[in-house]
Amino acid sequence: MSTSVVVDHEAMQEPPPRAAAAQSPPSLVPLLIEDVTVAYHRRPVLWNIDYQAPSGKLIAIVGPNGSGKTTLIKAILDLVPRAAGQVLIFGEPYRQQRHRVGYVPQRTSVDWDFPVSALDVVAMGMYRKIGWLRPVSRKFREAAKQALDRVGMVDFAGRQINQLSGGQQQRVFLARALAQNADLYFMDEPFAGVDASTERAIVDILRALRESGKTVIVVHHDLQTVHEYFDEVVLLNMRMIAAGPTADVFTPDNLRKTYGGKLALLDQLSEKMAQPRSR
Amino acid sequence: MNSFLSPLHSWTLLDSWIVVIGALSAMACALPGCFLLLRKQSLMGDAISHTSLLGVVAAFFVSHWLVEAKVISPATELSVRHVTMCVGAIVVGVMSAWLTESLQKLGNVESSAALGVVFTSLFALGLLLIRAFADNVHIDLDCVLYGEIVTAPLETVGNSGVPRAVIVNGVVLAINLLLTVLLFKELRLSAFDPALATTLGIPAQVMHYGLMGLTAMTLVAAFESVGSILVIAMLIIPPATAYLLTDRLPRMIVLSLLIAVLSAALGHVSALTLPLLISRSIGIADVRDASSAGMMAAAAGFLFVMAMLLGPKYGLVVRVWHRLLLKLRIAGEDVLGRLYRFEESAPADLSATSERVALLRKITSQSRVSRLATWMLIRRGWLIGSGSGVHLTDIGREAARTLVRSHRLWESFLAKHFVLGEGRFHESAEQVEHFLDPELLAELDHDLDRPGVDPHGRAIPN
Repeated sequence: MSTSVVVDHEAMQEPPPRAAAAQSPPSLVPLLIEDVTVAYHRRPVLWNIDYQAPSGKLIAIVGPNGSGKTTLIKAILDLVPRAAGQVLIFGEPYRQQRHRVGYVPQRTSVDWDFPVSALDVVAMGMYRKIGWLRPVSRKFREAAKQALDRVGMVDFAGRQINQLSGGQQQRVFLARALAQNADLYFMDEPFAGVDASTERAIVDILRALRESGKTVIVVHHDLQTVHEYFDEVVLLNMRMIAAGPTADVFTPDNLRKTYGGKLALLDQLSEKMAQPRSR
Repeated sequence: MNSFLSPLHSWTLLDSWIVVIGALSAMACALPGCFLLLRKQSLMGDAISHTSLLGVVAAFFVSHWLVEAKVISPATELSVRHVTMCVGAIVVGVMSAWLTESLQKLGNVESSAALGVVFTSLFALGLLLIRAFADNVHIDLDCVLYGEIVTAPLETVGNSGVPRAVIVNGVVLAINLLLTVLLFKELRLSAFDPALATTLGIPAQVMHYGLMGLTAMTLVAAFESVGSILVIAMLIIPPATAYLLTDRLPRMIVLSLLIAVLSAALGHVSALTLPLLISRSIGIADVRDASSAGMMAAAAGFLFVMAMLLGPKYGLVVRVWHRLLLKLRIAGEDVLGRLYRFEESAPADLSATSERVALLRKITSQSRVSRLATWMLIRRGWLIGSGSGVHLTDIGREAARTLVRSHRLWESFLAKHFVLGEGRFHESAEQVEHFLDPELLAELDHDLDRPGVDPHGRAIPN
């Protein structure tokens, strides 16, 4: 409700309302999830998720395999349909805020034999800015190069992407996200299968993003490093177990709830919903 | 007149038109083909070529019905017949892509199974429609679906002398080229990373269906003039060949167009000459005729095999050559390493006993590869002398020392971190010693805290 009031105000003022709206966002919540439920083949994989992300923080989504971490991100980005609930990005539906959201899918989700160079992949992050039907101009190629430089990969710009190591591929993906220059980032397991130096490089980039006021939400697997890397943590196992500052939430008790066997009941119910007549 | 090339002397305008039509349709097919290949959906083209039968037949019946109902005049129907059929094919083409996906999701079956179900059933439905109603109306499927490239030049537009097939395929090629150039980055992104494309506001799903529609249109236009075999071949083979030759999408697209043209020209020339060449060489009566469309497809296949064998990066020949070079390098390094160890155990100034001679001979001429490697080391100045009188030079000894150092450091590393039988250290080190670079060696040395001796008690050279 409050959002619409703000918009009304600005509509009455003289300068273009869009410019004014661009200045106000700090007061808005980067991500608000309300009662989101997602199902695959009738089988619910996420139940009634509520979450409000704080601005300018590094946030980890943690949970066992199959707990719906990737699905949650995809549901936020409209990549999978939601059975119920709503998502607001900076106070508006995702559709209207696309340009402020960056996405780094799992490294294994694309074909690395595809005939493109590292620079081509990074430039993909700016396709929206470049606009339909236009080629990637020199200006954008330069920007892509700068993004590669930030992840220490500028020397590999011309390489075909299958000639890069796993860590280097992940850095290219990260550079692509940087080139998107978003305010809210979703990264799906950026640390999976990377070498130690890439992990350090990624952490440095994440911190730099936080310094410049961005919010980064990361699907994370390594429980050892959660305390060190993240300000906030979301514990997920088909439902929201707990969410909040890492120090408060990332406790042995909550972890036991997330990874322990307490969810057997929910799981069984899910099975039954998938096969309603199997009894 | 005796040469098998003699048919080429009677090359006519007709032959030129055949090559032009073949080249135009092949290029038109190669463009969507490149993106189908990269989406790993090459056979989607094959499927659409079948389902377009239903589209063509359905379009025919709809327009026929409109004529019957006096909505349009028979003359109008005739003049737009090809466009209607194209539209029918596009609609059914997109529909089959959509049906395949829905079946995959709802039926929870694998994508190729879903594709198989959809295209065979739609094809069957098309056949059924023809059987059921075609007796009452005249539908000339031969002209619509199973064209023949050799007769295509005969049907010209007005009295311009330009074959209709040239115009049709030329227009389709122009449309495809325009769309490929304009939508290049959108097509590329939605093929490479559909999720990112969608989040950037480029609807990958819509691009997918668009590509399917474009493919259907291209196929139907090309079918009519060159026949289905050639069309399916040209949709897949030139892009696949180009894929083997380069690592960049723009280059791949340009190459696929060149290969398409080359296949058409090479195919028609071979259709004229090869039968004569073959029939003469096996001593039977002259055969002068072969299917041009078939030979164009065969020529494309031939070019693909050539690319597979001779490709600059992934070609078989290059790979075998690299393997050979590696083998030689390893053999050379083995000779160096053994000579170093030999010097270690028997100082160089010892007189040549027969035992020493036998050992040296064994090191340098154990196999053909090691003989060749020894010869190369001598030429490089790492060894001097020959046969049993061979010695390491100073540079050679330096290289050999690094190698033995790698070997022994690796053995020590294994001994520290793994529980392995004594013999296994050596085996592993024999392989690994050829691949340790200075950086890794420094890391090993650091990890092992600069060891002086290996697990067998032999000194590790510095």
